[in-house]
Amino acid sequence: MTILKLVFIELWKRKSQLITGLLAITLGIAVIIAIQSVSVVSELNVARNLDNLGANILVLPQGASIDDYYTSDIDAPTLPMDYVERILTSTIAGVDNMSPKLTRRIKVGNQSIVLTGILPKSEIASKPLWQSSGLLGAELKTACAPNQSANKSHGLEDDKLKRKAIDTLNSKDCLAGSQVAKRLHLSKQSKIDIMGKEFNVIKILPETGTVDDDRIFANLRDVQQLLGIENQVSAIEIMGCCNAISEGLLGKLRNILPDTRITTIGQIVSTQIETNLLMKKVTLVMLIIIFFVGGISIGNYIWANVNERKREIGILRMMGAKRSTIYKMFLLKALVLGVGGGILGYLLGTFAGVILGPYLAGIIVKPVYIYLLWSVLFSVTISLAGSLFPTYLAAKFDPHANLQED
Amino acid sequence: MMLQGENIVKQYHHKGEIINALNHVSFKVNKGDFVTVTGPSGSGKSTLLLALFGLIRLTSGNIIFDGKRIDNISDRQLTEIRKKSVGYILQSFALIPYLTTIQNVMIPLALERVPGKEQVKRAREILEYVGLSDRMEHLPREISAGQQQRIAIARSIIHRPQIILADEPTGNLDPTLSLEILEFLKKINGENQITIIMVTHSPVAAEYGTMKLHLNEGKITESR
Repeated sequence: MTILKLVFIELWKRKSQLITGLLAITLGIAVIIAIQSVSVVSELNVARNLDNLGANILVLPQGASIDDYYTSDIDAPTLPMDYVERILTSTIAGVDNMSPKLTRRIKVGNQSIVLTGILPKSEIASKPLWQSSGLLGAELKTACAPNQSANKSHGLEDDKLKRKAIDTLNSKDCLAGSQVAKRLHLSKQSKIDIMGKEFNVIKILPETGTVDDDRIFANLRDVQQLLGIENQVSAIEIMGCCNAISEGLLGKLRNILPDTRITTIGQIVSTQIETNLLMKKVTLVMLIIIFFVGGISIGNYIWANVNERKREIGILRMMGAKRSTIYKMFLLKALVLGVGGGILGYLLGTFAGVILGPYLAGIIVKPVYIYLLWSVLFSVTISLAGSLFPTYLAAKFDPHANLQED
Repeated sequence: MMLQGENIVKQYHHKGEIINALNHVSFKVNKGDFVTVTGPSGSGKSTLLLALFGLIRLTSGNIIFDGKRIDNISDRQLTEIRKKSVGYILQSFALIPYLTTIQNVMIPLALERVPGKEQVKRAREILEYVGLSDRMEHLPREISAGQQQRIAIARSIIHRPQIILADEPTGNLDPTLSLEILEFLKKINGENQITIIMVTHSPVAAEYGTMKLHLNEGKITESR
């Protein structure tokens, strides 16, 4: 016989109370796990939607304004291509994708259009709206998703490869924005003469409602050659992880690109950060509520158990049980309930999330195994915290007063 | 001298009034004595029993056990003395309802952290000694009152205490069972030289004492 065995015997012999106690903590944990499982997937979806807003950081030449970037005047300042390499060779975390661009307003026939030189894969990757039209490549990882890979180190080489822009748009090929295609009567496979060079239109881009609809996109090298601005770009668009931005990504970029103007596209970044914060706050509020409700439930259960066992406590104290033994008895019980409630709560919560997620939130929820550890830790913490005060009172009981119940 | 009380006073305050539960009580008990304490209800018998090893703290006076004062030591030290040297038997048996006979008997050994196998061996021996070897796996509610009191006796002696304090051990038993228990206590006292202090209402039970104390209104009025 040990105190632990005494705890297990008592739990086993009073099954209805065991079920009540376990139920209180299991339901609390199950609610947290279900909400968390659904909200993680929801956050991922929200993050994907936020990424569809496009790049959120602009690297511009020193002295250039956002207006210069949009108007693309002939004399707009430029910055060296080498700066792309500087970012690629740095180990700054949170740069999920980037797109160097050279943009100039030119005439095609009698129409004024904006010619933009791009490194296509990175350009397309930073425009998920285009990507979803099936133009190129696999879907990107979201920039603001929780636990997303951009913040993880997979080794320097992999990181560089992932961020490296690859030139796959053939020379003489171009993409036309939806509005410019209408104005110039372009369609897929049309030919277009740009500054004396003939290009094949390989795709009319879907309408985005942005300045991109009025642009023609060609290979950056071709555009640099045509405009006579070798190794220069107008801007580098960066899709940065919004969490990294709030943690000082801009400052780090400024350190490696001191003679540039680095700015965020404020509305996008603030929307991303605010949405993420809101999601986190909702989860935190739920955790706090469950912590208190769960703690009070368990505390109430242990207090009822203490009252029921007053005489037993008196008998044990009479026989020489120390106060610490009484603590041990009730806290071990709370620990057993915490571990059991944590495991059952995880299973029930995960099951609820997987079953209810598609119906209630329209999302597919998968079990998150690491939550098992967290739910057990959380459940044990709630259980112990809730049991501390009743146990303290139990250990303080006057044994003589309880024996007099005889 | 095994146990000595000197001028023991225990006062309670009730609605502004002082009640003397024990009023300058003094006594001396030797090893192997069988002491019976009698007296009317409210005379202070049970208070005296509970006060001897700190379950009730004294208002004044000294208690000396094994040559050392124990009325002024810490709760922790008193708990240690109770665990090692004292066995208690109560009128209502004080068994833990969800534990079997053998588990109830093993509790004092569990508190002393005696290894499991040793606990089982000693519990079996003691249960055989009290004639309950065929009731080891029964719960208290499944056996008779006399058997429950024998379990309580087994539990009180399993850790080989120097002294047993019994508060009305036959109070809930019929005359036949009472005699059986009293004979058993006498046997334990004679065979193991365990000192017994027994509080009782029963004149029959009181006759088992080799030393008899009578309490009235918190004072010892008779000592033989």
